[in-house]
Amino acid sequence: MTHLPILKWLRRNLVVIGGLATLAYLILPNVVVMVFSFNKPNGRFNYSWTRFSTDAWKDPCGVADMCGSLSLSLQIAFWATIGATVLGTMIAFALVRYRFRARGAINSLIFLPMAMPEVVMAASLLTLFLNMGAQLGFWTILIAHIMFCLSFVVTAVKARVMSMDPRLEEAARDLYAGPAQTFLRVTLPIASPGIAAGALLAFALSFDDFIITNFNAGSTVTFPMFVWGSAQRGTPVQINVIGTAMFIVAVVVVTAGQFIANRRKNSAKA
Amino acid sequence: MTALTEAPAAPTVRKASTRKRLVPYWLLLPGILWLIVFFALPMVYQASTSVQTGSLEKGFQVTWHFQTYWDAFKEYYPQFVRSLLYAGTATLLCLLLGYPLAYLIAFKAGRWRNIVLVLVIAPFFTSFLIRTLAWKTILADGGPVVHALATLHVLDVTNWLGWTEGSRVLATPMAVVCGLTYNFLPFMILPLYTSLERIDSRLHEAAGDLYATPATTFRKVTFPLSMPGVVSGTLLTFIPASGDYVNAELLGSTDQKMVGNVIQSQFLRVLDYPTAAALSFILMAIVLIMVTVYIRRAGTEDLV
Amino acid sequence: MTDSTAGGDVRLTGISKTYGSFTAVHPLELTVPQGSFFALLGASGCGKTTTLRMIAGLEEPTTGTVFLGDKDVTDLPPYKRPVNTVFQSYALFPHLNVTENIAFGLRRRGIKSVKKQVDDMLELVQLGDFAQRKPHQLSGGQQQRVAVARALINHPQVLLLDEPLGALDLKLRRQMQLELKRIQTEVGITFVHVTHDQEEAMTMADTVAVMSGGRVEQLGAPAELYENPKTTFVANFLGTSNLIEAEVVEKSGEDVVVTAGGAKLRLPGGRCSAATSSGGKLLVGVRPEKISLAHRDDEGAVADGRNRVTGRIVDSSFIGVSTQYLVDSPAGSGLSVYEQNIERDTRLVPGAEVVLHWNPAHTFGLDAAQAKDAGVEKVEDAA
Repeated sequence: MTHLPILKWLRRNLVVIGGLATLAYLILPNVVVMVFSFNKPNGRFNYSWTRFSTDAWKDPCGVADMCGSLSLSLQIAFWATIGATVLGTMIAFALVRYRFRARGAINSLIFLPMAMPEVVMAASLLTLFLNMGAQLGFWTILIAHIMFCLSFVVTAVKARVMSMDPRLEEAARDLYAGPAQTFLRVTLPIASPGIAAGALLAFALSFDDFIITNFNAGSTVTFPMFVWGSAQRGTPVQINVIGTAMFIVAVVVVTAGQFIANRRKNSAKA
Repeated sequence: MTALTEAPAAPTVRKASTRKRLVPYWLLLPGILWLIVFFALPMVYQASTSVQTGSLEKGFQVTWHFQTYWDAFKEYYPQFVRSLLYAGTATLLCLLLGYPLAYLIAFKAGRWRNIVLVLVIAPFFTSFLIRTLAWKTILADGGPVVHALATLHVLDVTNWLGWTEGSRVLATPMAVVCGLTYNFLPFMILPLYTSLERIDSRLHEAAGDLYATPATTFRKVTFPLSMPGVVSGTLLTFIPASGDYVNAELLGSTDQKMVGNVIQSQFLRVLDYPTAAALSFILMAIVLIMVTVYIRRAGTEDLV
Repeated sequence: MTDSTAGGDVRLTGISKTYGSFTAVHPLELTVPQGSFFALLGASGCGKTTTLRMIAGLEEPTTGTVFLGDKDVTDLPPYKRPVNTVFQSYALFPHLNVTENIAFGLRRRGIKSVKKQVDDMLELVQLGDFAQRKPHQLSGGQQQRVAVARALINHPQVLLLDEPLGALDLKLRRQMQLELKRIQTEVGITFVHVTHDQEEAMTMADTVAVMSGGRVEQLGAPAELYENPKTTFVANFLGTSNLIEAEVVEKSGEDVVVTAGGAKLRLPGGRCSAATSSGGKLLVGVRPEKISLAHRDDEGAVADGRNRVTGRIVDSSFIGVSTQYLVDSPAGSGLSVYEQNIERDTRLVPGAEVVLHWNPAHTFGLDAAQAKDAGVEKVEDAA
């Protein structure tokens, strides 16, 4: 048997190589989006490289309706996040902290939206709105987004509250804090990482949602719907500019979050 | 002095106050009401729509016309089969691709761990439609990727398998599955990472100490312990992938249409509401049955 | 918060707690005198923590009344009771530093200038240098002292301690026992201390209540409980006891005479907690350290009037200050004997025939109807 050193090395690092290949697969589209934000395509579609240009970066809102749809998406995501976080946090606390009837049914009601293909929820919600004669638009989108973000918030907050020592709240009550004070001074601060994680997830899900929005938006156009439409009509380079900017903001936000978490951990060791 | 005697006659029994007992219901009320009105109730409306007949002009009436289900299924079963096939393949690919990366982050990344995690999470926050459109560029006809695949004779194999056609990757099943895999990969990696990260690295040492080779350690210790992550990862990938119509629309052709595309066009373009509702119910039933069977077999209860 | 001159006894009358069909605490009458160090001792699940939590207000009693002095506090929520708790594993607020943890109670009561009091407390528990640390930056012993300071700063009428030393290692636990005792003497507040560690209870408390199965088995000063256990549970749970099944022969004066495995034993009638009619059964108890051991060849040298039992050594273990023997005899198997390591008899090895003898005054009698091994620590119970 011959042992080629290169084969040996490959075998030993198989996991690392495989993992890095997957990572490359994950990031490749982001790189392409970034590179093509500097393209100046011939024609309406920005799919093949023509020549370098910073035109799109100089005029990111130069496409009709795009920045309007972006701002609409941000508004919807903001309000959906607030709604889903408040309602979801309340449910999570009830589930962890109290005994009550119909617990199984409520758990299923929270699990089902996550176990349902989006298109099914989208179609059935549209049926409801059509039957009620509701005007499709901002409000129907917001209602839908709060609905499907809710379960994810419940899951995130529940995990945190479950790992919380109930004695902390007892200690607060023992130390002259009434129910409201206990909640504000002890429960909320300690549960806040879970609530923040749930809120962040809700924001991301709402902002990026296309399928449910597409069914329930009527003639209102959110940013994902604008991108969808442009895939048919022609993709302006500005879409890539927005995509790249979002990626950079996301990396900065997530890195900052990791940095803060790390610093807490390190100061814990000191 | 300290005194101790048996208690006298039993005194009155106290009851928790009514106000206190109602607290959980008040906490649950708004959120659960929201889910009932905007999730459960629509299902009822949709069920009713699926057994209606009529036309857009004359209006629809409930006529208990169950034939719609059979007609819809008969007409669109290729799309159903395709959806399950594509979603299943994408899920398997996600597991195969995602596991090494999750393992890498959990055990091998060391001080790079956070950076790799950021790179996995960050795409979440970029519009997935823009990223999916980027695959049109990557897989473009005559582009470097397709060229490389042709040179390496990969395309010959995929052509023979029926995944690609000629020298094209775009508008083939492979492109759609590739897009699905890409879109749902983070949903596989994160649960896998979470359950791998919980594994005490001393277990690896213990297995090694007890005469297990690295491969055996993985098969007998690491993989079974990561099962909760595998189960929730595959569910989080398969469920949305089975109903997806974005990848088939953007990366496929009419021959790759999935059931999501049909529902979408029946609902939003053809306006045949009963057929759309029936299709959506069949999809829901198939997915729920598969998920239930799968959870039972995997024996994991705590998914939520 | 309180006027320490007011009558501050804790009185529980008819207090009980049931969860569904399970009774955690049977109706209980208990008075803890003001200023005393009181211990509730028992194995896990005996109801001691539930009793403590009912005093704190964290658990609503099913029946009965809690009095602090003359005031009925049964219906007061915990935040309105002049009682504070040191929780098991401390329950320090992880998001607040040491100062803010200690000041928590004062702030909730609307006291603005807390610095002086917090500083005094930090000094009392010797943590002055750690004021700005977060709880996770402290060692177990330091966290424990923060928990004590956080409760004591409120000058409660009663301080409740729920297994406060359970998470500490043995050496630190000893040190903290003395420290808690010092603090209690210094502040003069009533301490009610829940523990499963009998040594801890006996070292620290003035009065110990031994609980089992939701009931108080026996209550008294530590020495009293140890020397005069009234039940097999107390005899076995506090230290170790040799319990020998015996039959009553007669009463002779103050003493009761019994037989066990052919041996005649005497014990003082006043130390018998069961009926002693002749022919009746009795469990005769004696502590291992009260017994002397002599080789069979030296039996003649044993003084008259001592209880004596013959047997054979089956095991011996040397543990430094003493040697512990296990002896099988016709009166009972597995009798324990602790011999001080003063003059070691080299003939006392497993297999040797021996005579166990002790002063009849050190013998006690228990009701034979009880389970003989109640309260014996079993391997699976050991924490």
